[in-house]
Amino acid sequence: MDLLEPTSQAFRLLLAGDPELLRIIWLSLWVSVAAIALVAAPSIGLGFLLAKKRFPGQRAAVVLVQALLSFPTVVIGLVIYLLLSRRGPLGSYELLFTPWAIMIGYMVIAFPILVVFTISSVQGADPRVYETARCLGAGRATASLTTLWEVRFGILAAVVNGFGRAISEVGCAIMVGGNIAGLTRNIPTAIALETTKGDFAQGIALGFVLMVVALGVNVLLALLQGEGGLK
Amino acid sequence: MKERITVSIAAAALALCAASAIAKDVRMATTTSTDNSGLLQYLLPKFEADCGCKLRYTAVGTGAALKLGQNGDVDVVLVHARAAEDKFVAAGYGVNRRDVMYNDFVIVGPASDPAGIKGMRDPLAALKKLHASGATFVSRGDDSGTNKKELAYWKAIGIKPGGPHYLAVGQGMGQTLTVAGEKQAYTLSDRATYTTYAAKTGLQIMVQGDERLLNPYGVIAVNPKRYPKVNYEGAMAFIEWLTSDKGQQAIGDYRFKGAQLFHPDYKNR
Repeated sequence: MDLLEPTSQAFRLLLAGDPELLRIIWLSLWVSVAAIALVAAPSIGLGFLLAKKRFPGQRAAVVLVQALLSFPTVVIGLVIYLLLSRRGPLGSYELLFTPWAIMIGYMVIAFPILVVFTISSVQGADPRVYETARCLGAGRATASLTTLWEVRFGILAAVVNGFGRAISEVGCAIMVGGNIAGLTRNIPTAIALETTKGDFAQGIALGFVLMVVALGVNVLLALLQGEGGLK
Repeated sequence: MKERITVSIAAAALALCAASAIAKDVRMATTTSTDNSGLLQYLLPKFEADCGCKLRYTAVGTGAALKLGQNGDVDVVLVHARAAEDKFVAAGYGVNRRDVMYNDFVIVGPASDPAGIKGMRDPLAALKKLHASGATFVSRGDDSGTNKKELAYWKAIGIKPGGPHYLAVGQGMGQTLTVAGEKQAYTLSDRATYTTYAAKTGLQIMVQGDERLLNPYGVIAVNPKRYPKVNYEGAMAFIEWLTSDKGQQAIGDYRFKGAQLFHPDYKNR
């Protein structure tokens, strides 16, 4: 297998700003960013509650969310498919095979990651932060926010991990998105398709973009964490 | 028990005798359509009984099947891509190509038929009307035989497919039909796969029966001069059987969910 030729062709495609390629990259980026933005607040909130509050069934809830971490994304895809299909309960919204369907999938996939990371961050925080804030006259909400601010780097890592899982996910995206050119074809599904067609250049170019995005986001995270990231 | 042993010894002896005619298994590469439609499962036991040999096959895309023949990895190929088949023979990889049968493509769409093409016969006129109506069309977009056929139609009517009403999914026929069903759109499908998905997708046949929708299959033996180790004798036995009255009859007799999918056509040419 000649590796050099498709690779150089891949870089030519990237440098030329191939419109098809740019559409694919753009779709991947905006859908993942939007999904994480939408799911971040509720899942961080839930993670905080599960870490701080004691209530019946709390252990079970934590175990359930942790189990969701290793839930195959194709099963998530299948469930969303059945819900959104024309014959499913949400069929009338005609969401299947649109970017919105992929976004819902990404939200479900990122949700347990964000919750679990938040739980461990909050549990790792010094409990005196919350108590001190309360002593100083802060309300419950303010004291909670203070704690969250204290563990912001851990939560940032949660967000980055959720984003990474979403943007690189292929099984759910191809099932509920349908890999439609110009509409729901994103980086991973395009790579999967181009490889079966034996057209490796576009696959390599997109794989390269995916790696650059992953690296970029993590470098950004490290920079933001600064000294804190070294702990 | 004793009786059963005697019987199996007799059967084994019989098999051995028959096998002496064609000692080695015949290896075939064919397309997924012949396998998925159940045709091979129906035909092969009949052939094997007549020949006294075994035929093993792998079902892949037409391009890949020809590639296996080109590398001498199989003895015979059964595919549907006339231009590629002729090239295969011309390049000296295959000999004794014969027409075997054809199946056909259908243009399917939603029951509401927004483009108003239901009942048309001419696929080109239908696609032209579909395009003009602005109705959505789902394409395989995966460089398969069906995809190539569809692109040839667009080319013939001078339309460059694209835009928001042309969805290229880059996946198999089943998935393409599923997307068409969800989007209430039209697509081009082979009859076998459509028959399987008709109930699930609710799509209906819009256009069928035209000469241009036919999809002919050819069988080719791999050239023994090029690959002396191939089982040429076995390949020819299969080709002879497939194009014999008996083989042709069997192809015509096969029904898939009550529908005839393959039409024998060796005699017609």
